[in-house]
Order: sequence, then C-alpha cells, then structure tokens
Amino acid sequence: MLNGYGSTILDGAWLTLILALTSMAVAIVLGLLGAAFRLSPIKWLALLGETYATVIRGIPDLVLILLIFYGGQDMVNRLAPMLGYDDYIDINPFIAGVFTMGFIFGAYLSETFRGAFMAIPKGQAEAGAAYGMNGMQVFFRILVPQMIRFAIPGFTNNWLVLTKATALISVVGLQDMMFKAKSAADATREPFTFYLAVAALYLVLTSVSLLALRYLEKRYSVGIKAADL
Amino acid sequence: MIFDYTVIWENLPLYISGVGVTLKILLISLACGLALAIPLGLMRVSKSPLVNFPAWLYTYVIRGTPMLVQLFLIYYGLAQFEAVRESVLWPYFSSATFCACLAFAINTSAYSAEILAGSLKATPHGEIEAAKAMGMSRFKLYRRILLPSALRRALPQYSNEVIMMLHTTSLASIVTLIDITGAARTVSSQYYLPFEAFITAGLFYLCLTFILVRLFKLAERRWLAYLAPRKA
Repeated sequence: MLNGYGSTILDGAWLTLILALTSMAVAIVLGLLGAAFRLSPIKWLALLGETYATVIRGIPDLVLILLIFYGGQDMVNRLAPMLGYDDYIDINPFIAGVFTMGFIFGAYLSETFRGAFMAIPKGQAEAGAAYGMNGMQVFFRILVPQMIRFAIPGFTNNWLVLTKATALISVVGLQDMMFKAKSAADATREPFTFYLAVAALYLVLTSVSLLALRYLEKRYSVGIKAADL
Repeated sequence: MIFDYTVIWENLPLYISGVGVTLKILLISLACGLALAIPLGLMRVSKSPLVNFPAWLYTYVIRGTPMLVQLFLIYYGLAQFEAVRESVLWPYFSSATFCACLAFAINTSAYSAEILAGSLKATPHGEIEAAKAMGMSRFKLYRRILLPSALRRALPQYSNEVIMMLHTTSLASIVTLIDITGAARTVSSQYYLPFEAFITAGLFYLCLTFILVRLFKLAERRWLAYLAPRKA
C-alpha cells in the first residue's frame, strides 16, 4: 500500500494518537487548575489564571510550539551552566510536544471548565458545605462530577482542535504521521497521494472521536430531562 | 545578562513588514472565505438533501482535517499532477502567497458557513411568518429578513473565527512566507536567539488579537445594540 510507505505512516498515526491522548491528559490537569484558579476568591490566584488563559489563547499555536521547543531548549542550555551543568541538554521532541500541547490546550480547557463549573446551581455546593464537607471534598465530590456533563460539548471541540494541532509538532521534528508523510512525499515525489492519505487518517480520527464523545454526552445526561422546544 | 534584545530591536523593520504580510493574507482569505460561506451556509439550512449534503460533506471534511495538511495538499500536492503544472493556472499554484490564501479561504469558509447556518436556524419564527404574511418572495425573504439579521447575530461567533484565522496565518511561515512568524524564524536562525525572536512574535500576535477583539466589540455595539442587555 502507498508504495510500501503505508506501514510507516500508520506507525506515525499511532504516535499522533498517543501524542494527542497524553497531551490531553496534561491539558485536563492544567485546565482544572486554571479553572479553579480563575474561580478562586483569592485575587492574585484569579489574576494568575486569567493571565494564563488570555495570553496563551492570544498567541498562535505554531508560535508557542516554536517558542517552547526552540526557545525552551535554548533557555535550558543558557541557564544550566549557571547551575554548574556544562553538557548540552537535548530535549526529547515527544516530551517537549506533550508539554507544549498540554500547556496550550490547558488554557482553552480552563475556559471550558470555568463555564461548566459556573453552570452548576449554587445550591449544590452549599448543600455540600451544609453536610460538613471541606472545600476539596465539595470540589471533587460535588462539583467535578456534575461539571463533566456541562463541559462535554466544549471539551469535544477542544479535543478536535488539539488532535488537528498535533500536525504542527511535525514542524519541530517529531516523527508523527505528518512528518512520515513528508518524508515519503519527498522520496517518491507524490506529495498529493501521501498528504491525502494523512487527511483521510485525520478524518477517521476526528469522526471516531465525535461518535465516542456523543455517546459519552448521552451517558452523562442520563436522568436529565431535556426541554422540548 | 541572559536576554539579548538589541538584535530584536535592529530587526524590528522585518517584524513590521511581517505584520503587513500577516494582515494581507488574513484580509484576503477572510474576504474570499466569507463570500464562499454565504452560499454554503444557505445550502446548509436547506431541507432538500440534494442541496444540503454536498455542503455538509464539504464543511465536515474541511473541519475534520488539520489546516497544515490542507495547505500542504494545495502547495506541494497539486504539483504532483502534470495537468496542473502545464495549465495556465500554474503561475498561481506555484506561488506560496496564492496557495496560502486559497487554503486559508477554503478553511475559514467551512467554519463560517457552519456559524452562519446556526445563526440562520436561530431566526425567530415570527420574523419569517411576518415576512410571508407581507407577501415576500423567498428571495426577498432571504435578502431582507433572514440574511441581515443572521449575519448580525453571527458576529460574536464570527469574531472568534477571525481570531482563529489570525493565528492560522502563522502557518504561512511554513511555506516560506515572511509573515510575523516567518520574521521570527529568520531572526531565530540568523542569530540563534530563538527565545527572544519567538517571544517578540508572540507579543505582536497578542497586540493584534487585542485590537481585533476591540474592533469586534465596537462592531457589536453598532450592529447588535438591540440585543444588548437593558441598562438599569
């Protein structure tokens, strides 16, 4: 298949999927932290969360990827000698990719999660407090489980954008399916064929994600009465 | 001193011309994209599957694949075919600016069409019934009632799309154009100062984003004043 490049591209597709999933895990943690910060009554925490979301969402993904990947590597190597470490430090592109994507999409998710938390009726948290739960317990036992239902539509969107944005990591040399397709295209001089194959694979990935998340949304809305318009 | 900003200062003209390139690509692709999006959006609200399906397929495929892949398909991919290389259009398809604008316009047309379709579907029933009661033809109904109000109500979502497009134009730097990101990549590789170079690019984009947000706020105040919450 594809002049024998089919299997390399599928390997790349696997890496793309792993990259997207691990980045999403990092982004969820950062997004929850960001949302908790922004909703916090402590002024400077709220400001910190707000700055993170605004600045990251105001800069293109590609610029952030180049900044964190090349700039971050450069910074580490400028700072390391000051700490008495003289070897050149090479950052693994997969790990750098995961943290870059996680950091970027954490900002987008913090916005999604913040909206979802605000959609929960106030009485829920008050009832939790009335039962004698502390802040952490109210957050994890009462708010997070209910927030998920409100967050799924926004989350679906964020996940689709993230999956597609992973293609940009190929620009800094991670051997994902985009990178593999580029090498194959250069070797065979058939760029259209290979980029079309990659487009089809991305389409499969996004379609499957859409179906899975739609199912999840149904699951989390069990017992919720939808208003008939 | 670990930061070196003198180089950035000397290369400021490169960044400024990059801002010009970014804005040029952005305006061309938005204008063409919107012109495509209006017929597509109208197709998307049609009840006839023959009209609706092609538009649905178009927006689904474009929105389901990465911008980078679409750009590469047009810029590198089309050259694979002899018919393209020998056609009269080849001077256009071998130009990075043309391909970038084309790819971005196609991309934004799909997203804008969905925004417009959503906004058309949200038109209050009464407005359409009133227009019919006045004896308007279908064409007149769309021209006078549906489109003007749907386009206005789409403004907040469209502003998001415009900002996403501003960010998308940074991909033009991958196909050799010297936009803001391209300027930063040039500076970064010439002087090996990636951190300073890309931070500067980020600041430029941040400023442009804030300006766009501000402009759309003004536009909303002008065209959506009737939907604003009443002042106490």
